[in-house]
Amino acid sequence: MIFVVSFLVFLMLVGAVAASIFRDLISTVIAAALVSLIAAILFYLLQAPDVAMAEAAIGAALTAAIFIIAIRRTKRYEE
Amino acid sequence: MRRIVAILLLIIVAVGISLSLAKIPFGSPETKAGRYYIDEGIKETGATNIVTSVVVNYRAFDTLGEVTVLFIAAIGLGAVLTASVGEETRKTEPASLVLYTGCRLLFPLILIFGTYIFIHGHLSPGGGFQGGAIIASGFLLIYLGCRERRISQKASKLAESLGGLVFVIIGLLGLVFGGYFLLNFLPKGTANALFSAGIIPIIYIAIGFKVGSELASIIDNLIEES
Repeated sequence: MIFVVSFLVFLMLVGAVAASIFRDLISTVIAAALVSLIAAILFYLLQAPDVAMAEAAIGAALTAAIFIIAIRRTKRYEE
Repeated sequence: MRRIVAILLLIIVAVGISLSLAKIPFGSPETKAGRYYIDEGIKETGATNIVTSVVVNYRAFDTLGEVTVLFIAAIGLGAVLTASVGEETRKTEPASLVLYTGCRLLFPLILIFGTYIFIHGHLSPGGGFQGGAIIASGFLLIYLGCRERRISQKASKLAESLGGLVFVIIGLLGLVFGGYFLLNFLPKGTANALFSAGIIPIIYIAIGFKVGSELASIIDNLIEES
């Protein structure tokens, strides 16, 4: 259990760092959605299924969609 | 130089946070209030899901505030985006056949799942917010796959207003029957039954409609604009 959780936290860190490094903003949004998704899995593993559901639906799906719509209106690549 | 200072500061902050968090015993002891909810929650509210009994019964007034915040956010976004409405309608190419068929098949299932989540909010994990978010993600799928379809603004406004209205009216009925706002005045029924827990399922269904239509209309506004 502790190994699974530490591995997921490590993945989350990788996703967060990747989100801040990427120049392509679409990739950034995907990485940020990955962080949310793993957070949802962690919530579930730590026995908070209510929070996990909200996090998966809002953090991973809706927020990413809103960001992508915003990127479509502006520029895709960061200078 | 600045970079080194920034990294040093980050390390100091990280060490501080991890040291202070390590002092907190993780998950084991509850506060007195938490113990009380776990022991008496099912008896007092009739809801098997303790989280729901706290969100919609003990702390229902906070939930009303939370719903209001979401409402104001949706209204504000709609006001900002529709103020600058342009006539140009961008030509959108139709989605691929796989996406189109998949979204048409999946959309009703997602709707049913979201509805299940908020109707069973007092029995199983989930509730109005989660169910509403799932329903909104179903609408997002429709926007991606079947681009010519739009939800009618009128229906979404109606669902949203009805949800808020039912919440407040239930609260006022509690004021009428028992003397304070959002009192659980209906019979509690037997725990674990679908029709139990008094006003909790009614409020959660109202919240589900409200949150679902609000989030869907936010996405609708954004997509319309882009």
